[in-house]
This record gives sequence, structure tokens and C-alpha cells, in this order.
Amino acid sequence: MDINYTADELAFRDQVREFLRAELPADIAAKVRLGKQLSKDDHQRWQRILSKRGWYAANWPVEFGGTSWSVVHKHLFEEECAAFGAPRLISFGVNMVAPVIIKFGSAEQKARYLPRILDGSDWWCQGYSEPGAGSDLASLKTRAVREGEHYVVNGQKTWTTLGQHANMIFCLVRTDPQAQQQRGISFLLIDMDTPGISVRPIITLDGEHEVNEVFFDNVRVPVANLVGEENQGWTCAKYLLTHERTGQAGIGISKAALAHLKQVAAREGLLDDPLLRAQIAEVEMQLMAIEVSTLRILAAAQAGGVPGAESSILKIKGSEIRQAISHLLRKVLGPYALPFLEAELGGVPAGEPLYADYSAGPASQYFNLRKLSIFGGSNEIQKNIVAKMILDL
Amino acid sequence: MDFKLSEEQQMLQDTVARLVRDNYGFEQREHFYRSEAGFSRAFWQQLGELGLTAVPFAEAHGGFGGSGVDNMLLMTELGRGLCLEPYLQSQIHAGGLLQQLGNAEQHERLLPVVVSGELQLALALEEPHSHYHLQHVQTRAERVDGGWELSGRKAVVIGGHSAGLLLVSARIRGDVRDEQGISLFLVDAQAHGLSRQVYPNIDGPKACDLFLDRVFVRSDDLLGEPGQALPALRYQQGRAIAAQCAEAIGSMEEACKLTLDYLKTRKQFGTPIGKFQALQHRMVDMRTELEVATSMAILAACVADQADSEERSRRLAAAKFIVTRAARFIAEQAIQLHGGIGMTWEYNLAHHAKRLVMLSHQLGDDDHHLRAYAELLQSA
Repeated sequence: MDINYTADELAFRDQVREFLRAELPADIAAKVRLGKQLSKDDHQRWQRILSKRGWYAANWPVEFGGTSWSVVHKHLFEEECAAFGAPRLISFGVNMVAPVIIKFGSAEQKARYLPRILDGSDWWCQGYSEPGAGSDLASLKTRAVREGEHYVVNGQKTWTTLGQHANMIFCLVRTDPQAQQQRGISFLLIDMDTPGISVRPIITLDGEHEVNEVFFDNVRVPVANLVGEENQGWTCAKYLLTHERTGQAGIGISKAALAHLKQVAAREGLLDDPLLRAQIAEVEMQLMAIEVSTLRILAAAQAGGVPGAESSILKIKGSEIRQAISHLLRKVLGPYALPFLEAELGGVPAGEPLYADYSAGPASQYFNLRKLSIFGGSNEIQKNIVAKMILDL
Repeated sequence: MDFKLSEEQQMLQDTVARLVRDNYGFEQREHFYRSEAGFSRAFWQQLGELGLTAVPFAEAHGGFGGSGVDNMLLMTELGRGLCLEPYLQSQIHAGGLLQQLGNAEQHERLLPVVVSGELQLALALEEPHSHYHLQHVQTRAERVDGGWELSGRKAVVIGGHSAGLLLVSARIRGDVRDEQGISLFLVDAQAHGLSRQVYPNIDGPKACDLFLDRVFVRSDDLLGEPGQALPALRYQQGRAIAAQCAEAIGSMEEACKLTLDYLKTRKQFGTPIGKFQALQHRMVDMRTELEVATSMAILAACVADQADSEERSRRLAAAKFIVTRAARFIAEQAIQLHGGIGMTWEYNLAHHAKRLVMLSHQLGDDDHHLRAYAELLQSA
């Protein structure tokens, strides 16, 4: 039994560190560390840098422009990116729709969409949730009716993350209303410029425009944009959800956030306060525990196992820990957590910050991160999955 | 990175698991508990005959040369069976101290019979008011002709009633909480001036308080340099913590298994109670705590035998903290999910629950290790 990385893995980590030191733009890293909002351009700049190095689509097979990294390499890469303050990748294109296209798509779809994801021509968003279909996703109602060589789509999607930047959306739509819930669903790729689509912002409690509603009014989508077979969309959705859950413990991100918390606590003269120290110590120990759990799962995956419902356990714990850190960071600011300074949150204040560069972000970020236990299958849904898949209840 | 067991380790685990399964049914344990020793001398003898008492000792001393991982495998199975023998105290903790601090003469004299299991050791470190602080030593050792005289009181010495030899910490100089001046002495169980009050602990094993009234100890029975025992006490406590974490994992696994079985079989309102979501989610929470606790027990096992360092201390404190919290959570939830039956002496789960809660009262509780970790917290 050995809890250490191999020499090869450590060499790989050094290579990643060297790359990040040289290539990660300092202004983007500062925004990430301070919990400020990232612009579309910030994301695209970072994606282009990764793409140039061949590391943007790390999870793809080599033949499509991916890497031959092991699961441990991928874990190390994510951890180092987080430690250096690289933005979390917007996964909808590169890590969500792309794996589905690679697995279920036609040759034409692969040839058309994968290069456009790699070079940043397309920004994808996800059309899953609806006002009446959240955790119970299979109850979705957006209709697609076949008319000749088109589907005509009517309905509404919601919680569409960064849909305002997107030119493409992948949607789950109902193609057979007679069939049992999961059976009558199809997976469609839709150009956001198609007539009949409108996007309306939802402003979240932190004042941010991160999510949207997307309305479909007689939107005509070519049949060629169907992925897999008609009424087999749920298979794609399930496949994608397993992709969405891996790495959700967010070890690297929580480690970076914890380091930042300690720095701010030290600057505020609070790091020697025994009560705060104990709270930081507690969350650090919990993080240590889920890191070892993650390594155990990675080692099992490396040996050919398929990560199953254990990733649900990590998602629950990981999100709780990340939220706990954001709670502590908010607390150490004391009264200076209160001012709601939208200009400073955008990352480019006109002049001096009201108090400190680190004080504007944390309260907003704390509220923003409540999403962690809700999206990607809420923590309660994860518990249902564990109850069914691991405990057989 | 590799979390698989070697063939030898798999064999070790199977051997102990089988031994425990065959000898430690609920009725049998109850019988051992009621006996005068409070454990099974026959089982202890079997551990010796199978070479299992030798696992934690170095090959140079006639041991098996087992690693922290080997100790983990063994302790997990003993924990699963709620075994009452003081294996951790005698073979891992006291044995480790004897190995680390003893000189060649002491090794030669004692290790062969300790390794074989013929001579059981007990470790007397805690005192009234010491509350897990190893440097809190009030018991005094005064220099006399040819040796030392020990006087004081030692608290809740597990296995102190049955051990042939006691390892007792005493202060040769300094004030109650001074880090310097603490020594470890080998005290014969029959020594003049030594008396005991023996009792069962609430979680099963027997223990005693030791009363030392000018107990004479020969110079040859001082372990290590005079007054310099604290670093070794701390180091070996780390090994004991790793072993105890493993013991807790065995017991937690059993408690989770019993509870899950119960949820699937117990019917109320015409359906197995495991169909109710409130209970499912509690069970998932138990499984989640078991998962992270297992990770920390593995981490502890992997660092237990490393050279002393702050990183090792941090990880072991974290392991004890996480496992202690998980153990109590699982114990309380397991009783709750069982309802009334979980409260009864005649049902095994209740005894696991007691062990899981009370483990925190040995080697430092969660607050103790939270404080220790907080003190060692690295700045960013």
C-alpha cells in the first residue's frame, strides 16, 4: 500500500506547474483568488492558452485532440490549475456535450463540432432543467415534433448557466409524449441564432448574471442535429451526468480557497484566534479525508474500475467543505463583508478598493456557492443515488 | 499510489478474520467478559501460536516486522469482533515503547516473551487530571540506592490487572506539566507497594487504577535516558492512534452492516423501514462518515511508522479527530435507526455503539486532537 504519487506523476506535476507559472495571466488568477466575476473574455483567453498547449480537451481521446493522461494525471492537472488560480473550465462544451458527441454522435457531428469546441468557435450551454423539471429531470415538457427534415421545438429551459455567452445549446426534449417518462426524450443540438429562441437573464442573490431562462417558440432544428437515436436521449443524459460528477469533490479548488482564507485571516490579525484556528483546522482535516478518498477512487479507476456512486459521496462532502470555507472567509471580514460593491466585484475597480482587494468578493461568493449543493444533482438526490446504488435500499 | 493489499497482507487479514469469526461470537464474548480475566486467555494464546502477537515487532527482535498497514489489518478484524484482549495496549503501544526506548539487555531479557505473547504488557500513562496530556505526570520517581522509588496514582490502565509487566511513566524532576524530567519504568506486576482497583470499562475490556506507594524499581528497569521519555511517548502514541483508528473501522463497518440489515428486514406501516427516505438518508450519512474515516485510517497506517515530523503529527491528529467524530456519529445513528432493540444488552449493536463512543476516551478525544492540529496549522 502506497499513498504517494509515482516519480512519473510528480514529473508531470512539475511540468504543469511550469506551464501555469509561465502562461496563466496574472489578472485572471487574481480575480479567481479574490472571488471576483470573470468575463467572457477571461474565460476565452484561458481556453485559448490551454488549447495552444494541447491541454484544453484533456479528457478527450487523442484522435480528437485530447491527451493520453491517466486519471491521476487529470487529477493533478486540475489540482495545480486550482492552486495557481486558473478559472474552472466552462465544461458545457469541452467536458459535457463533447463526450456525448464522441460516444453517440454521427461522423458528421464529430467532424463539425469537436474542432469548433477546441478552437473556441462555439460556446455551448446546457438545456436540461425546466421550471417544472429540476431534480425530477425526466418530467421535462419541452416538445420537439418531427416535421419533414426538422424538429419543431416549443417550451422553456431554465438555470441555463452563461447562456448569454453561448451560440450553441444542447437540449433534452420530449419527442414521444406517450412513452414512459425517460423513454420519450431525445438529445438535440440547437444553434442559438435560430429564429424563435429568446434568452432572458436570471439575476441571482449575489447580483450576478450567471444563469438564464431560454424560450423556444416554434424553433426549427434540422434532424441532422439529433444525437444518437430518437427517444434515446436519456441514455446520453445519464452518460453525461457521470461525466459531470467526476472531479466534483473539487479538492484543488477547496485547497486553494483554504490557503486564501488563511492569508486573509492572517492579514486581519485573526489567525491566532483559537476559535477561528480550530474552525480552519477542522475543515482542513475534513478536506484531507476526502482527498484520500479521492485518491482511493482514482487508484481504483486506474486499475480499471469504474467510479460509481462513490463519486456521489465525494460530491456531497466536497460541496459541504467548499461551502464551509466560503462561510469562514465571509466571517473573517467582519463588518467589511457587508458593503455590496458591484464595481469591485467585476474585478476592475475605478480607484482604490473601499477596504482591501480581498474584501469585496467573499460575501457574494458565499451566496453564489450555495449552488454547489443544488446543481449537478442536489445533495439530497446524491443521497438517493447512494441509498439505491450502494446500500440497495 | 496503490491501495491494494499484497498477498501476505491479504493472508494476514484472512487469518485474523477467520480466527475472530470462529472464536468471538456474541455469546462467547459475553462469556469472556464475565470471566475473571475479562478476556479470553485461550484466544490470546492462539494469537501467540499463530505468530500474530509478533506482527508489530521488528524482525531483529524476533518479530514479524509488520508495517502500520499490517497493524491496521489486524486491528480492523479485532475491532469487528469487539475483541477484549489488550492487543493494542500490550503489543503495539507498550511493545513499541519497549522496542524504542529499551537497551540491548532489556530487549534480550523481555522481547522474546513479549513477542511470543507469554508476557503481557500494560501501559500506565494517564493520571487523575492529566486528560490525555502525556507531559502531565505527577507520579514521582525518587533516586534510591540501586534504583528508584515510585509513588503516585495511574488512571484507567487497560489490561493493568492481567499484565505481567507494567510500563509506568513517572517524573524524576520538574513540575507537573514540564516536558523534561519524565521517565518510563518497568514495574513488576507483583512489586511490593503496588495495589490496584480493578473494574470493567463500560465498553467491555477490564482496566484498573494503580496505586504506587514507594514501589522499588531497579536501575536496570528504567527505559531510556533518565527524564527523556516524552518524545518516545508521543511517537508511540501516534502508532497506537493509527491502530485504534483501524479498530474503530472494523467496529463501524459492523455497526453499519447490522443497521443496514435491520432497515431491510424490520417492517412498520406494512413496509421495510429502509423504504423511508428520512432513514435512507441517515444510513447514507453513516456510510459517508465510514468512507472518510476509512480513508483517514489508511492514511494513519501509512504514516504511523514514518520518522517523527510535524507532517506525521498533523496527519495522525487529523485521523484521530475524523475517526472519533465518525465513530460517535455512527454509534448514535445506529442506535436511533434500530430503535428500542438498539438499546438492549443482548444485541451486539449496542456493544459496538459503546465501543465506538468510548474509544474517544483513550489516546485523546476529538477536542484534544482538534487543538493539537490547530496548534500545528500551517500558515498559507
